[in-house]
Amino acid sequence: MSRNAARPLSPHLSIWKWGPHMLVSILHRATGTALAIGGGVIFTWWLVAAAMSGAAYDVFYHWIVQSDQTSMHEGAQAFVNILAKLVGIGLTWSMFQHMATGVRHFVLDTGAGYELKTNRMGALLTIAFSITATLVVWAILIATGKVF
Amino acid sequence: MGTGTGLGRVRGLGSAKSGAHHWWLQRVTAAANLILMIWFIVSIVRLPVVDHQAVVLWLKSPLVAVPLVLLVLSTFWHMRLGLQVFIEDYVHEEGNKVAVLLLLNAYVFLCGALCVFSILKIAFGGVPA
Repeated sequence: MSRNAARPLSPHLSIWKWGPHMLVSILHRATGTALAIGGGVIFTWWLVAAAMSGAAYDVFYHWIVQSDQTSMHEGAQAFVNILAKLVGIGLTWSMFQHMATGVRHFVLDTGAGYELKTNRMGALLTIAFSITATLVVWAILIATGKVF
Repeated sequence: MGTGTGLGRVRGLGSAKSGAHHWWLQRVTAAANLILMIWFIVSIVRLPVVDHQAVVLWLKSPLVAVPLVLLVLSTFWHMRLGLQVFIEDYVHEEGNKVAVLLLLNAYVFLCGALCVFSILKIAFGGVPA
């Protein structure tokens, strides 16, 4: 769409005081995009590797979850493992945040929850939920020895 | 912009008359995602190990393979709808927009098909555990 740059735009993001409702609104979009690309690729790789062979699955497993002590790539794998855990924690949080803001959208879709205090509380609750749920899931993964 | 004139319609401006349906499908797939994703996360966390044998044996059950196929269909459909809006909002140049939307469709259908085929191959016993 062409636009005459000489004409002024109405002020948009810059004039508002940021609140939880604005934060979770853009987070819904950002986490959705992260899940679609990051989550989509890793999930597909996991399933395709499992369907190909044990060896193909081991490649996935050693690069993402746990490095192979006998491999010449052990050092590189250990490094990627750390990155993969950071990405994994990020994607877990993204999933729970997107899930919570999605449920919040369902509520807003019915026309409820637009009162200022209720709306603010709902937005804050989505963040509280996503952080708590991420901590719980990773605590279980670590406690059961699945990732470390 | 399209004001409903004949010329506006020829130029493809104005409503495509499919917005409400798009919005509704986004909600329907979201509701399915919510249920299926909670099932998936709980299942993965509950698996004692996630090595090849464990995953293959797990996927052999119809009560795992079928929900997982449904999860793939629902989430990839949802991601296609969501990223479409994302692209339409942020990619303004018409040629780039069409190109990125095509890329999105290629990505979603390729990954979705790979996932479904992989699940079914394991479920039908095509992979030795």
